Amino acid sequence: MFEVFGVPSQALFGQLLLGLINGSFYALLSLGLAVIFGMLNIINFTHGAQYMMGAFAAFMLVHYLGIGYWPALVIVPIVIGVTGVIIERLFLRRLHKLDHLYGLILTFGLALIIEGLFRNYYGTSGQPYGVPESLQGGRNLGFMFLPNYRAWVIAFSLAVCLGTWFAIERTRLGSYLRAATENPALVRAFGINVPRMVTLTYGFGVGLAGLAGVMAAPIYNVSPQMGSDIIIVVFAVVVIGGMGSIMGAIITGFALGIVEGLTKVFFPEASNTVIFMIMILVLLVRPAGLFGRIA
Amino acid sequence: MATVANATIAPTRRETERSLAAAAAALVAFVIVAPFVLYPVFLMKALCFALFACAFNLLLGYVGLLSFGHALYFGWAGYLAAHAAKVWGLPPELAVLAGTATGTTLGLIAGVVAIRRQGIYFAMITLALAQMMYLVALRAPMTGGEDGIQAVPRGRLFGIFDLSNEMTMYAFVVVVVLAAFFLIYRIINSPFGEVLKAIRENEQRTISLGYKTDDYKLIAFVLSATLAGLAGSVKALVFQLASLTDVHWTMSGEVVLMTLVGGLGTIFGPIVGAFLIVAMENYLAPFGQWVLVIQGAVFVICVLAFRRGIVGELAARLRVRL
Repeated sequence: MFEVFGVPSQALFGQLLLGLINGSFYALLSLGLAVIFGMLNIINFTHGAQYMMGAFAAFMLVHYLGIGYWPALVIVPIVIGVTGVIIERLFLRRLHKLDHLYGLILTFGLALIIEGLFRNYYGTSGQPYGVPESLQGGRNLGFMFLPNYRAWVIAFSLAVCLGTWFAIERTRLGSYLRAATENPALVRAFGINVPRMVTLTYGFGVGLAGLAGVMAAPIYNVSPQMGSDIIIVVFAVVVIGGMGSIMGAIITGFALGIVEGLTKVFFPEASNTVIFMIMILVLLVRPAGLFGRIA
Repeated sequence: MATVANATIAPTRRETERSLAAAAAALVAFVIVAPFVLYPVFLMKALCFALFACAFNLLLGYVGLLSFGHALYFGWAGYLAAHAAKVWGLPPELAVLAGTATGTTLGLIAGVVAIRRQGIYFAMITLALAQMMYLVALRAPMTGGEDGIQAVPRGRLFGIFDLSNEMTMYAFVVVVVLAAFFLIYRIINSPFGEVLKAIRENEQRTISLGYKTDDYKLIAFVLSATLAGLAGSVKALVFQLASLTDVHWTMSGEVVLMTLVGGLGTIFGPIVGAFLIVAMENYLAPFGQWVLVIQGAVFVICVLAFRRGIVGELAARLRVRL
């Protein structure tokens, strides 16, 4: 045991770890928002609700069907992704030619519907979801205790984020995607089915939210309002990072999680507002966001 | 051809004035007759929300700025007004003034930050700022946390009128709200308002015409926050309560809903929308969480099929401006 600025190392690294966990979710969610915004020009307000749906889907799988965490990690993102595809086909497609603001308002309405339905059936109190057996326990690193599940969440979400970055920035499919973001009409002229790509992009972004939900289920309580609690913070993250860059979204997400964790150690009163304060500072100094381009 | 051309011709200035005067007369008649038929508290609540929605519409409908955090000014003004009346013991007119000034101050601070970005980012920033101040309200000792500020005295207006009388209070609310409506109408139809509409239509071109659009946007934002603050302060006096509900993001969503249902960018739309949504919530209260689902559904329907809103649709049918 040692101390850093009068804070015991256990507390400091404990909060740092918690910050990294939160950061993983910020990164996954803001990544999904950025990918969706790039293709659809819509800020997906439903993102938080879809993250909540992911957590609930994992809960329902184990509760009603006895299907555990590992299969859920594969099944849930696909299921949530499919609901996303349906939403895109049914609603978002019709907003193509309208002001972006209508997309925000529509997805806000959808988020209310989803949250309201879950509240009807599950109330506002949380549902428990256990840590998978293979990841229970933890190890003592000397300066702190590291629960296995938390280590897994950080490593896995980092891998998913980097994988997404690689797929978009370094593969052929990703280059089509980036091209369609820049100039959809031209990409269509090359014989690529852009509307289908838009649908799949939305499904993918939403699937990421579902995945984040499954990973969050054993850490936070599975509750209907978990989505609306986090989505507004993620919006601030997105404003800070700017949505122009995939890597920017990932780095900002993790970094802000860490900052939040550190604030919890040194100024606990400010811990839940610090991200918003950083947003204000960034807007005053660098209005386009840290990684953004002036649109 | 003549009829087709007729259909597309905008109403003349005189026609517009006539239709607006008729609608205004109907509104005045309604607020005079209504308290004898409906509950005054319900009416006062609806009027406060109508003003709130009109303040919001000034920004979204006439400048094209979507603020997703208007609960910030509404709710915090309510807190200050309640605090002023209860703790400082100020008379109602000064309490309302204190609340309104809170709206102005917060609007100025938030506006300076938010107008640095356009469009979708603007909406996200205003939402984030409002959430930040919601979290502050949750913790700050002044707001009373989950309990809110309760049992706020209504007091005597100018030391003469006893506002604990329901009808006197109603008269006070009507005078304040109608005066604010008139102010908003004058703002929209002033040269300043014309510049706002130009920004809504094409900001780049407005800049090239030599207008400092950021200044205009900031002033509009502060005006809107001030009027939202006025609505929140009056509401705190009516219910003798300032609580977390009024600073929560769901309140910011509700005012978007009222404006959208009534008709974006119409003068009377937000009033109609506010009455409708407040009535809906009254009748649906026993159904608990379904209110959220129904609100969400109304949002979706409005965006997909009913973007002009009730008054917008009516005006289009009658070929007038309302």
